[in-house]
Amino acid sequence: MLYIFCPHCGSRSQNEFAYGGDATVKRPELNKEISDQEWDNFVYLRKSPRGKHLELWHHISGCRQWIKVERDTSTHEIFKTYKATELIE
Amino acid sequence: MQKYSVFSLIKNAFSDHQNWEVAWKDPTPKKEYDVIIIGGGGHGLATAYYLAKEHNITNVAIIEKGWIGGGNVGRNTTIIRSNYMHDDNALFSEFGMDLWRKMSQDLNYNVMFSPRGIINLAHSDAQMNAYSRRGNSMRLNGIDAVLLNREEVQKRIPMADFSDNVRFPIFGGLMQPSAGTARHDAVAWGYARQADSMGVDIIQNCEVTGFNVNNGKIVGVRTSRGDMKAKKVGLCVAGSTNVLAEMLNMTLPIETHLLQACVSEPVKPLLDHVVTFGAGHFYCSQSDKGEMVMGGDLDGYNSYSQRGNLPTLQHVLTEGIAMFPFLSKLKMLRTWGGIMDMSMDGSPIIDKTHIDGLYLNCGWCYGGFKATPASGWTFAHTIAQDRVHELNAGYSLNRFNTGDLIDEKGLGTKTWIS
Repeated sequence: MLYIFCPHCGSRSQNEFAYGGDATVKRPELNKEISDQEWDNFVYLRKSPRGKHLELWHHISGCRQWIKVERDTSTHEIFKTYKATELIE
Repeated sequence: MQKYSVFSLIKNAFSDHQNWEVAWKDPTPKKEYDVIIIGGGGHGLATAYYLAKEHNITNVAIIEKGWIGGGNVGRNTTIIRSNYMHDDNALFSEFGMDLWRKMSQDLNYNVMFSPRGIINLAHSDAQMNAYSRRGNSMRLNGIDAVLLNREEVQKRIPMADFSDNVRFPIFGGLMQPSAGTARHDAVAWGYARQADSMGVDIIQNCEVTGFNVNNGKIVGVRTSRGDMKAKKVGLCVAGSTNVLAEMLNMTLPIETHLLQACVSEPVKPLLDHVVTFGAGHFYCSQSDKGEMVMGGDLDGYNSYSQRGNLPTLQHVLTEGIAMFPFLSKLKMLRTWGGIMDMSMDGSPIIDKTHIDGLYLNCGWCYGGFKATPASGWTFAHTIAQDRVHELNAGYSLNRFNTGDLIDEKGLGTKTWIS
């Protein structure tokens, strides 16, 4: 069982959350001319690293806020969680 | 190579089975190979076997980080089927079914292929319509499919929940009678033994640490047991594909996720077929030892851990009990997990890459085991001829750019829900 620290509610079990995938994927800017290749890369390509992974989770059975979680994909250690709007350097 | 037969069994009984030849050797890596296959799982071993058998390329090494057959080929639920609707998947899988039928004779190794049939249960009229469509598509591609009504399903699996007032009543099902199961370890060992006997070096405990690429052409592989030169390199590493891709500065339409499976304590024979639940992810068959072999959903978040988490297991078994109420009385014997290379359209990739001499075999999602022979056969062809075979032409890497996706389930790019 994962325990995820929701920045809005505190530590909760994974049962309250839904996974939202890689949080580093950036949608191309609106109205910007981009190639088909750039769009395809955004839609389909994922780094899927072994190790640290920044990902989105939805606290769907809690406060219903989206959050970002920095987690190790091989040990499941959670290093830090962020509000969805927080800037991460 | 020593041939396995009833005579060799009797002969070796006289020496207390102490004098059997080793099934495959433990060679010292050579400096140079024509082809290096990375990954000593089912697909890698099959690829090496068909390279030697069909294309006469025997200066081949299989490099395996752990031990052969220790990954997904030893962790799956042993189901073999070709019940696909789309042509690319259907023709590829049915070609594989033919290889499965001949495999024990071909490899001189009993892989215990058991064509016991698979039944996908339907729980609504709409699902019956969808199965009828899928069954017809299968039959157009020469694959056997039978649409069963409720009574016909009940005759075959009377232990399923046919009571009134259940949440997901059984309306019927789609059956592929020629589908079945096989002994998964034997598949790896059979391919390994034959490949070894034809001169393939199986190098275990050897981790790839990097690639040598020169002017856009692969020239070798760096490993924990030294550098090896190679004219061609094939990647067959399933859930570890992204780790190797990172070394090559490639980003792929693949995410690695964890899938769990489990077996119950052994019970007397009661389930003759492979059965899948139609209102969720759950599938079940009974092994020759009597254990109920079960699996279902991914754990639901990127994972390389090879071991699962209990909330998912609980969810999957809840579905299992909805389908087969007797399961609630059984004790669980073992649970385990394997890491899946989940592709963005749910179909695999067997293709060349932008690096000359580097070939890619990945994206098998849940369906890697049953694809073992067809994957090995077509990947060997792709490597040997430096071009794809018509059977794997659809499994191209650039289909994510051209739009020719093979989206069997139509679930989109959220790999963790597929």
